[in-house]
Amino acid sequence: MLDRPRHKPKSFMNSILRIRPTKPGEVYGVPGQGDSLIISTVSTAVIIALWTLATLSGWIKPLFLPSPLAIFQKFIQISTEGFANHTLWQHTAISVLRVFGALVLACITAIPIGLAMGMSRVMRGIFDPPIEFYRPVPPLAYLPLMIVWFGIGELSKVLLIYLSIFAPVAIGTRSGVRSAAIEQVHAAYSLGATPWQVLTQVILPAALPEIITATRIGMGVGWTTLVAAEMVAATSGIGFMVLSASQFLQTSTVIMGIVIIAAIAYAFDLLMRFAERRLVPWKGRA
Amino acid sequence: MGSLHVDHVTVQFPLGHTSESVTALSDVDLKIGSGEFVVVLGASGCGKSTLLNLLAGFLAPSTGSIVLNGEAVSGPGADRAVVFQKHALLPWLNVIDNVAFGLKLAGVGKERRYEIARKHLNHLGLLSFEKSAVYQLSGGMQQRVGIARALAIDPEILLMDEPLGALDALTRERAQELIIRIWESTSKMVFFITHSVEEALFMGTRLIVMSPRPGRITHRFDLDFSKRFLEGMDARSVKASADFIHMREQVLKIIFGDEETTGVENA
Repeated sequence: MLDRPRHKPKSFMNSILRIRPTKPGEVYGVPGQGDSLIISTVSTAVIIALWTLATLSGWIKPLFLPSPLAIFQKFIQISTEGFANHTLWQHTAISVLRVFGALVLACITAIPIGLAMGMSRVMRGIFDPPIEFYRPVPPLAYLPLMIVWFGIGELSKVLLIYLSIFAPVAIGTRSGVRSAAIEQVHAAYSLGATPWQVLTQVILPAALPEIITATRIGMGVGWTTLVAAEMVAATSGIGFMVLSASQFLQTSTVIMGIVIIAAIAYAFDLLMRFAERRLVPWKGRA
Repeated sequence: MGSLHVDHVTVQFPLGHTSESVTALSDVDLKIGSGEFVVVLGASGCGKSTLLNLLAGFLAPSTGSIVLNGEAVSGPGADRAVVFQKHALLPWLNVIDNVAFGLKLAGVGKERRYEIARKHLNHLGLLSFEKSAVYQLSGGMQQRVGIARALAIDPEILLMDEPLGALDALTRERAQELIIRIWESTSKMVFFITHSVEEALFMGTRLIVMSPRPGRITHRFDLDFSKRFLEGMDARSVKASADFIHMREQVLKIIFGDEETTGVENA
């Protein structure tokens, strides 16, 4: 007989990994199962509390980090008085239009091109080199080119954001083409489908989960690129507001702009997750 | 009345980059007549699935031809519906839309195709699940949806590639009986691949035994066990009758012989 300890030791790792029998309705040993909403709420509250404490007590100067209250007051002030001849609403609206315009353009071009790349050797051969060439380059690096080619108007800004969204959406769609099981494709053909019907009624719906994920990633990249796009010759936009406020050391405006960008991007991501549940409820289940 | 003729078909696959090739099927000749239920048995690697892919039109023969009702098969088509081992249903469509999928591809209007789909769902005992999501059904029910989908386009022949292979033993026996009854009521040609000798003997009107290296037909048997079942005999009694058991052992001996020689070569 081996001399085994009667109980598993109650180590920290064991309590994190939940090595204990489960309650009915749970599965033993599933990594990270359970709801984390309450913990996330507490975590957020603690961060804001520490932030408030550190700023109000004077440990950190407002120049480096203003208090949450100061940022809220700045929000009220800019909402009513505006910033650089535009209201906060106008700054937000123009930025949202730039990012969403670029997103829509990217989706209506990148999804068909991604599908074509997934479906056809020739299309993959044509589009793979340019996409893989520019994809890893930071948008800031080709921003000067965009301005030389397309001027300092809206076109170069939207195009910059568009390019940053295009690559992840095209690549995600291309890999989504492989989501359809070969049996599903064969079944469709043996039921009399034409190649076009297989594409539109089997491969495209099967690829939809990956396309939605790619769009979510593209959206994130788009907001990241927004600030770069509004760096040059912009007179409005959240990115412009953040950059020009930083030149006057208005840290509270900078942080407020960051919070607005984060809030819009997060709201959009929630919307996409909702759309995902409605559009592809079968994701991961078939 | 339909008929399918596999006319001296040979299939060779190229072997890598050399000029050599592997013969997957060697001079296979098979006629399936109207209303026949042909079952195919054989050790793995004997070319059963290759033969099915030929009939479905996914694969072209190296020599010989496949002729359905006097016309050479040149690609997949709605006259030869395939039922797969993995059900291959479309999870974004509910049960009735999956069954009606082939009709939708053919441009049949919604009302008409739902009417046809409901008829087949009813035959297969799935009518109350028509709005269900396919991924919420059990394996046996999913397979029945797959069969209903194939029947809905009214094909000349049903090509079934181990359709019951993934089901548990009880569900499998029920599904066998169901398929025999459906076959009787539609009198379609059926080409049915299985690994189970008992299933093959019970279901088919004709049994084809294939051998590997090269894949070829070595034995042909005429069967009447399904007829006994359809005439009212209990399925278990059919499978327990003396001549059924005798034949089962005879066929098993053939297949085990093949498995052993293949096993040695593989080792």
